[in-house]
Amino acid sequence: MKGEGFLTKNISNFTHTLESVILTEDLCHAPGLLQSLDSRVKVVTFVLFIVTVGLARSLAILGTIFVLILIFSFLSKVSLRFFLKRVLLFIPIFTAVIALPALFITPGEPLIAVAGKLIITEQGARTAVLLFLRVVDSLSFGMLLILTTPWTSILVALRWFRIPSLLVDILGMTYRYIFLLLHTANSMFLARRSRTIGTLSSGENRRWLAIALATTMAKSQHLSEEVYLAMLSRGYQGEVRVLNDLRLKRRDFLWVAFALLAAFILLWGNSL
Amino acid sequence: MTMDAGHIFEAKNLSYDYPGGIAALRRTNFTIGTGELVALVGANGSGKSTLLKLLDGLLFPTEGKLLAFGQPLSEKALKDGAFVTEFRRRVGLVFQDPDVQLFSPTVWDEVTFGPLQLGITKDEVVSRGLKVLELLNIVHLRERPPYLLSGGEKKKVSLASVLSVSPQVLLLDEPTTGLDPWSQGNLIDFLLQWADKGKNLVFSTQDLDLVEEIASRVLVLGAEHNIVADGKPEDFLFDPDFLLRTNLIHEHSHRHKELVHRHPHLHEHHHQQ
Repeated sequence: MKGEGFLTKNISNFTHTLESVILTEDLCHAPGLLQSLDSRVKVVTFVLFIVTVGLARSLAILGTIFVLILIFSFLSKVSLRFFLKRVLLFIPIFTAVIALPALFITPGEPLIAVAGKLIITEQGARTAVLLFLRVVDSLSFGMLLILTTPWTSILVALRWFRIPSLLVDILGMTYRYIFLLLHTANSMFLARRSRTIGTLSSGENRRWLAIALATTMAKSQHLSEEVYLAMLSRGYQGEVRVLNDLRLKRRDFLWVAFALLAAFILLWGNSL
Repeated sequence: MTMDAGHIFEAKNLSYDYPGGIAALRRTNFTIGTGELVALVGANGSGKSTLLKLLDGLLFPTEGKLLAFGQPLSEKALKDGAFVTEFRRRVGLVFQDPDVQLFSPTVWDEVTFGPLQLGITKDEVVSRGLKVLELLNIVHLRERPPYLLSGGEKKKVSLASVLSVSPQVLLLDEPTTGLDPWSQGNLIDFLLQWADKGKNLVFSTQDLDLVEEIASRVLVLGAEHNIVADGKPEDFLFDPDFLLRTNLIHEHSHRHKELVHRHPHLHEHHHQQ
């Protein structure tokens, strides 16, 4: 039946993709370069790298940064194919919003005409490639951080940087329960599919979708209330206390020094 | 704040209504003394889970009184930092749904959550965490996030997360639900060993075998959301009329060749075999 499984398929694929992207726990514990670093150091230096990417004004610098990323990825036992697949998954979303309009709206020398009236300028193409590379580099850093750092360690790092405890706890719980709710939504779609014979009108489909959304929301609210009670039951009194047994090692200091030097050299390249 | 250990819990005309006036418990009276192993049994919707939440100070009676260790267990009392800390150290609840109970990013965070919130020293927290992981044979799950655990593992981690607080009273909501027979047997063995240390156990269940194996006392909740019987397990478990009346067993039909007959499915029959 055409379109019958459209919603089910999409939610199911979304769940599967999200899980496969995020659930890379094995990789987080692989004996690689980035895995051996303290999570706080990684968060700080990766933010530094992303800022560097944002400030870089030449294609050569952005290309060099991407080569560096690939080297980090190799040294961290992340296979090239696996890594690029995950980065490329998110690129269309960001480039469509940022880089594509730049192709057409940047004034300059005409390069090529698309569909008669739309003209891509040389400067526009350059800006689009620049933006595209910035997106690729920034996303790659983010992805590399997620792939080589357990989510829990990222949360510990955020707490250490005095990010408000409430925000960090909400982030942690969102991550914890998003799969559960997605699976619930998936099961609802499957249950509905198993009881559907023939094709439903789009109006009926929309009505059912609205009901499913409302039900999932009600379930998530019930779940949040129960989780809150479970937290209270174990002594929660408004602020979560955590074990903080992080210790910096020599290699962490060396990595910070390397990151600072790399950022300095790369940004110095802007003035050449 | 001193807590008298004469009675662990004392309920006087305890009633609880959910919003909208839906009755969950009606004029319930009972006391639970030190060292008792109490099973709460009753049909679905009879108020077992609600009663456990009331005993854990998560819900508060709409009528009547509930005392814990001789002190009123009220919303006001649980706003007192010293009282709430002491009460939470003494009483732990294992929820029926492990996904509710396991909210931390990893198993280790889960087992250390309780003791950390209760102001126990960090060294002691680590020592307790390791001890419960060993006790329940789940050391290998230490760094695992809860969503990657099987149903049985989740139940074990839920139990570990409460045991690390080392409570005197362990409240369990349907502890064997969703467990395979092997895991059920393991859990029963564990709870029996735990109870041998002079601790209190209050658990809700519909599994009459579990009641017979563990409980020293049974509180039966009826369809009217009140306690309809209170006594030793042997006083009820072999009384088919009572069990049928309270919807704890079902009279079902069997076909033997051409003959169809009805009899209650009672575990007494298994023992006779």
